[in-house]
Amino acid sequence: MADQMVTANRLTDGAVVFLAADGSWVERLAAGQPVPEGEAAAAQLKRAEAATRNEVVAPYLIDVGPGADGGITALRYRERIRAGGPSVPWLADSGAEAS
Amino acid sequence: MYAYDSYDRTLVMERVEQFREQVTRRLAGQIGEEDFKPLRLMNGLYLQLHAYMLRIAIPYGTLNTAQLRKLAHIARRYDRGYGHFTTRQNIQFNWIKLSDAPDILAELAEVEMHAIQTSGNCIRNVTADHFAGVAADEIEDPRIWCEIIRQWSTFHPEFSFLPRKFKIAVTGAPHDRAAVKVHDIGLRMHRNAAGDTGFEVIVGGGQGRTPIVGVTIRDFLPKQHLLSYLEAILRVYNLLGRRDNLYKSRIKILVAAVGAGKFAEMVEAQWADLKDGELTLPAAEVARIEAAFAPPAYEPADPFPPEVIAKRAQSKDFARWMRSNVAAHRQPGYAIVTLSLKPAGGTPGDATAGQMEAIADLADAHSLGEIRVSHVQNLVLPHVKRSDLPQLWEALQALDLATPNIGLIGDIIACPGLDYCSLANARSIPLAQQLSARFADPERQQRIGELAIKISGCINACGHHHVGHIGILGVDKKGEEFYQVTLGGSADENASLGDIVGPAFAADRVVDAVEQVVETYLGIRQDSERFIDTYRRVGIAPFKEKLYATH
Repeated sequence: MADQMVTANRLTDGAVVFLAADGSWVERLAAGQPVPEGEAAAAQLKRAEAATRNEVVAPYLIDVGPGADGGITALRYRERIRAGGPSVPWLADSGAEAS
Repeated sequence: MYAYDSYDRTLVMERVEQFREQVTRRLAGQIGEEDFKPLRLMNGLYLQLHAYMLRIAIPYGTLNTAQLRKLAHIARRYDRGYGHFTTRQNIQFNWIKLSDAPDILAELAEVEMHAIQTSGNCIRNVTADHFAGVAADEIEDPRIWCEIIRQWSTFHPEFSFLPRKFKIAVTGAPHDRAAVKVHDIGLRMHRNAAGDTGFEVIVGGGQGRTPIVGVTIRDFLPKQHLLSYLEAILRVYNLLGRRDNLYKSRIKILVAAVGAGKFAEMVEAQWADLKDGELTLPAAEVARIEAAFAPPAYEPADPFPPEVIAKRAQSKDFARWMRSNVAAHRQPGYAIVTLSLKPAGGTPGDATAGQMEAIADLADAHSLGEIRVSHVQNLVLPHVKRSDLPQLWEALQALDLATPNIGLIGDIIACPGLDYCSLANARSIPLAQQLSARFADPERQQRIGELAIKISGCINACGHHHVGHIGILGVDKKGEEFYQVTLGGSADENASLGDIVGPAFAADRVVDAVEQVVETYLGIRQDSERFIDTYRRVGIAPFKEKLYATH
């Protein structure tokens, strides 16, 4: 049985966040709390939904597991991109705005 | 350009303040997401994969320099210094904070812009030929009619909750640069036997899950009846379009289900009640809108400036750019210049704040202060004196905006795909980057000739893959990105849908597969036959054979 983790987008800026063991929302997947798939994960999600109405948007569970570097990673590539940001760099702006 | 009147201004400002209050209540926890989501979507604010995305309407793809500078400012102040021009002639910002959204909308209102009806089941931003008003082959400027449609459709109470979103495109030229046959309604201006201009009305086109080329339900609609006829179509759709199944809710499904003839009859029956009523366009009002799009005061200009002739002879690069990025203008001595947002290895449609500001400066200096956005995700300077072309080219080169690839294989359409979009199944941008890098050689591109690659990261087809000469659709196959290739699509006046060439390719195979298609074409084309013409002559078999020979 795979591990799962609760993820969501932060209400104020839409940033991808993960539920940590202390109940806070963190931006690094590695700092999130994996829980066993099934009842434990469902309960975790329920708690997140109940407690965070005004902090995050649309929490849900993702499958996580050990990554190539030994750390924890999302198993689906969609979630890996979501956790890590776009896979391609964006254009760097030339500089500050003229006053 | 059309300038807001006090009614437009009040309407947009009131909406900004309404949304500001809604955001305040959401952030304070007084409204939940379920209630708030439709409100933010009505203001163009989506929640994407990594952040909120704000989609800003650019009506019929026309911008002035104050507007482009404002977009640059928003990119820099509220986003990450860049924006993404889309296949709907809009711009999207990918990293917007909810708390900033009302301020952004207020800033947009200062330059007569907004994000209204860039989402939701309503009539969306009306699109047009990006060469409107300047194309040498144009019969009449479609933007006049787009603006009339914009005013009629904005907050139209009857059509604010349609079965599904609704897209209208207008072309005023015989060569269709606006893809009107793959819109819910496409309007093509033409002359009747009496010499009057009017509209061919095409309905039920679209891409997405069920791609269909639209059908003509009226050959000639006199201009004064435009709104009453559109209202009749929308009314039939609103009454009979399916609301029970999201995937069958677009007008194309209704038209296909009842048949074009029957659908036309129903529209005509509705129209009988509406025709010659309050929606008949008064000549004075049409004249008011027409005046806003009157040709600018062109100066007398040399159609064959010696400096251009000399530069062409002296620089192969300039000559190549002239061939692909400069189009004929209706005014002698002027040209239309397309700025490629597709540098080799780049992200199609992206521009930095610095580029936007520099383009605004160039538009002021060389294009009478006007810029266009094309549905092919490029920008256009529509009024350039031909004698300015060498100087403009130098400036665009310095900005990496002079890639000579317009209409060629490097001019790829790509949706944001899984790098940004929460609906996507696969990435589009890296593939576009790999393809444009593979075909970077400008000589090779010109040798290949006209060839449109269009890439979508999911079946919703924002990247228009169905009408790509080579279309690429990203799919998720058991957790891996695969890409389905279609051949023979076309978005112009001879619109056609691509044929699936065979089983999808793994991500690391698809660039080679496209190259095989291109090489196959080069091997069998006759003289300077375009890819699409070769395909229509020989069919899919030779391509299929090459692509799957080793399988």
